[in-house]
Amino acid sequence: MSFFHHQNQKRRKNVKITLHQLAFFLPALLIMIIFLLYPVLNTLWMSFFSEENQFVFLDNYKNVLSSKDIINRKGLTQGFPMGALPHNFLWILIHLPFTTFLGLLLAVLFKDLKYNYIFKSAIFLGMVTPMVIGGVILRFVYEKEVGIVNAVLAFLGFQTHTWTAYPETALLSLIFGSVWLWTGFSMIIYSSGLGNIPKEYYEAAAIDGATPFTIFFRITIPLLKQMTVVVVTMTILWELKIFDLVYVATMGGPGGASNVLALQMYFYAFRQFNFPNSSVIATLLMALTLFVTIPLIKSSLREGK
Amino acid sequence: MKKVQAINAVKYLLAIVISVIWVLPFLGIVMTSIRPLQEVIYGWWNVKPFTPSVTNYVNAWNHPTAPLSQGTFNSLLVALPSTLIPILAASLAAYGFARFRSPLVTFLFILIILLMALPQQMIAIPIFQLMKNLNLLNTYLGLIIIHSAWGLPWIIFFLRNFFITLPIEIEESAKIDGASDFVVFSRIILPVSWPALISSIVLQFMWVWSDFFLALILIYSPDKLLATQRIPLMRGQYHVDWGVLTAASVVSMVAPLFIFAFLQKYYVRGLVGWTTK
Repeated sequence: MSFFHHQNQKRRKNVKITLHQLAFFLPALLIMIIFLLYPVLNTLWMSFFSEENQFVFLDNYKNVLSSKDIINRKGLTQGFPMGALPHNFLWILIHLPFTTFLGLLLAVLFKDLKYNYIFKSAIFLGMVTPMVIGGVILRFVYEKEVGIVNAVLAFLGFQTHTWTAYPETALLSLIFGSVWLWTGFSMIIYSSGLGNIPKEYYEAAAIDGATPFTIFFRITIPLLKQMTVVVVTMTILWELKIFDLVYVATMGGPGGASNVLALQMYFYAFRQFNFPNSSVIATLLMALTLFVTIPLIKSSLREGK
Repeated sequence: MKKVQAINAVKYLLAIVISVIWVLPFLGIVMTSIRPLQEVIYGWWNVKPFTPSVTNYVNAWNHPTAPLSQGTFNSLLVALPSTLIPILAASLAAYGFARFRSPLVTFLFILIILLMALPQQMIAIPIFQLMKNLNLLNTYLGLIIIHSAWGLPWIIFFLRNFFITLPIEIEESAKIDGASDFVVFSRIILPVSWPALISSIVLQFMWVWSDFFLALILIYSPDKLLATQRIPLMRGQYHVDWGVLTAASVVSMVAPLFIFAFLQKYYVRGLVGWTTK
């Protein structure tokens, strides 16, 4: 089939599309241009103008990046708050390896088990949960009296407190909570990837006397490379855009200790009505997300050809 | 053989333990929602005494300042059109991306992928101003339009990836017989595409139902707030009323859970195909 497909594309290459065909794109394009593309350009534009509507080029960027809300130099050495930008990076640094590896390990563990859809569903529950509710649940599990995290810690003889209410632990407890919510994503993607690996590979390796360890690192991981690109890309995008969870669980507090970029953008725009600053943050966020998406764009274009 | 059995037993044990740990927080909110607050204030896992009641659900449903009944209804009112509109527009465009070739189409496709990565924050302020100028601020029509626009790049990408896997020979012979592109699309492509269309519907509905940010900036009248906007308002004034809060959370999860339980195949296929090929 792919042979015909390929030939067909060669035949049509460089053929101009007719007006009639252009009509297929029209409704979607109109909506996207007015409600997505125009707002993007407008935000970019606003990020170069002062509140008095004077063109100031990169001044807003300097202001925002030197603001304590975004990067708190003192915090970087002395503890939280470190500022929204380092908080997002910390989120990626911890959350990405945890969810990716855990998802992979669970996918491998569940692979040949009977009734594995029950286990998969249990892990996947967090992905079905609206993040607003995810935020409620995180507050709930970390609470001093009603929270199960503290019950376990008390049982093990540790001190208990409301983890989301202290600057030292607020961000980290949200990050680990979000590992719990998001691991289902990488597990499900890897599960579908594992299903595509031919059984013969494993049988051949077993005949050659390979250990499960070697099989995992020499067969499973290399053959899941494409899945890994997707999991890593989508997970970083999620970590950069994180908003609802923090808004509901801590509102970025206490004292900005769990603040993140998307939330700070909201504060600038809809609490302080400082449009230039909020446009700068939005633009920075977009720059980061676009950078992360490059591998995905490349692979999509390769497939389209 | 014994060794294999032992390894399998360990695997099952591990899988069960991990799954139970993973589900515990959900069990916690359910256990808290069905019992009076004084029973769970020192932990929902203390099951003596255990007095199940629906009081928390009634209180959440008829909450004095943020009734969830109204919120659930509003959320449905927004989510249904916000799901159907983009799928109509996206399926047309996706067919174009799958079958028509020209430099312009390639350029537009790159644009679509770039829009997929967009953070909502990047459109927030202009959208707010635009809706204000159009007198659509604080209306569901405004929110529905934005949700439709926001869903388009994703649905186009997903459906396009599905359409290019369909064999092209039937379409070609239909064209030789004089069928137009639109006839091919509506008579040949759409009827065999329903699994992909259902996947798109499921994912877009879940997305709109769970959305918080767009509703937060566009909808502000107390009686118009959506379910996700009401839950943060239910915390209670002096202490957190966990009973009402957890009951509201459970109610708001019914729709996503229902979809996941009955349309799981489409949901997972959508999620995998949405992001991979």
